[in-house]
Amino acid sequence: MKEVSYYPGCSLHGTAREYDESCRGVSDLLGIKLSELKDWNCCGASSAHCTDKDLSIALAGRNLDIANKGGRELLVPCVACFSRLKAAEAETEKEGVPIRYALDFFSDEPVIEEIKKRLVRPLSGLKIVCYYGCLAVRPPQLTGVKEYENPQHMDKLMGAIGAEPLPWSYKTDCCGSSLMLVRTDIVKKLTGRILSMAREAEVDCIVVGCPICQANLDTRQGELASETGETYDLPIIYFTELIGLALGHRDVKKWLSRHIVDPVKVLSARGLI
Amino acid sequence: MKPGEEIGERENSFLPKVVNASGETIDSCYQCRKCSAGCPVAYAMDILPHQIIRHIQYGHREKVLSCRTIWICASCYTCGVRCPNKVNIAGIMDTLRNMAINAGGKFGEKNVPVFHSVFLDAIKKGGRVYELGLIVQLKAKTREFLKDTALGWKMFRRGKIRLLPPPFSSKKEIREIFNVCEKGKRG
Repeated sequence: MKEVSYYPGCSLHGTAREYDESCRGVSDLLGIKLSELKDWNCCGASSAHCTDKDLSIALAGRNLDIANKGGRELLVPCVACFSRLKAAEAETEKEGVPIRYALDFFSDEPVIEEIKKRLVRPLSGLKIVCYYGCLAVRPPQLTGVKEYENPQHMDKLMGAIGAEPLPWSYKTDCCGSSLMLVRTDIVKKLTGRILSMAREAEVDCIVVGCPICQANLDTRQGELASETGETYDLPIIYFTELIGLALGHRDVKKWLSRHIVDPVKVLSARGLI
Repeated sequence: MKPGEEIGERENSFLPKVVNASGETIDSCYQCRKCSAGCPVAYAMDILPHQIIRHIQYGHREKVLSCRTIWICASCYTCGVRCPNKVNIAGIMDTLRNMAINAGGKFGEKNVPVFHSVFLDAIKKGGRVYELGLIVQLKAKTREFLKDTALGWKMFRRGKIRLLPPPFSSKKEIREIFNVCEKGKRG
């Protein structure tokens, strides 16, 4: 069994619980053991780098020190945490363990092969768009993603589990990120655009890999609907939840029950749940 | 100014300070406006990203540090990856926010800096961010008590809101990190 260190970050212990649960669930089925970093602290995203550079490096750096002591590759599901940990790594120029964003980690060829071997329920007929957001691809010096204007790795991963990813032009447009609580008007404007484009592509759901993108896209659809008079009811599903569904994980329904826009309706209409 | 006289440090000390702190070659910007064209939040800014760079080049410190733009920037890095001169504008925005906070004075946007300070207080106290505690503090500071209460209830019913702060035993270590950084700023 492969063992990696795991840095969940604050959101995954709260509002993004289903991302944490599905990351753990999928890893378990793939024979990957996740060892949570002992006494990890908040990476500081996004407020530390916005207000005090030294603090942002020190907060993220403490977690890197813990990970480096463990000596194992570090898996990070939250892309905001990933970005801050990579920034601290670049700033301190310390030789440490590889820091891997969960989407990149599960998109590695050997992992995709492992997933394909264990498929019990290919997601055929499920039309999706992959929404990467900002920090999964930018800045490319930190993420290492070459196709940062039109990334393909999530599309490839979703294709491997039988879903049908459609091309669209909003893969890497910003959702408003940490403005969610204080400038909700901006977040609604940006997510409204992303949701309308996905609706135009006639998909069943948007697939994401970031707790902030998920929250911003999922939680404001009711308000958008009442403010614009248009229909907004697109489920926003983590890629790990869909892998879990394709691998037949028994807790999938529990994960999906935590969403604001219900994903079960469309998945059962496609005969997948 | 007499002909032939050089513009000294006194006239424009702002540009070299921003260059030093951000590590960005601000001089290389030739105002192509690609950053502003691709910025998803430009519509909510009072000064566009390419104009911010121009103001820095001219040394307009007060104007830049008191504007709304630096708080509206969502750090999406679209500007920097498209810049033909590889100026990381989002990185410069971080530097400007740092400078605005250190300078004190009035901020160009009300609640965004409040959010950042509440967020950092939460880390300083608990080592990790506990979302419910953060929201309660934020409401107290912004006086927006009723905002998002229905949504909060929905999230609570779905098991997304944690009622107790997460366990964390290295609080002293985190406070020390904050102390060192705060001392660094004063010194």
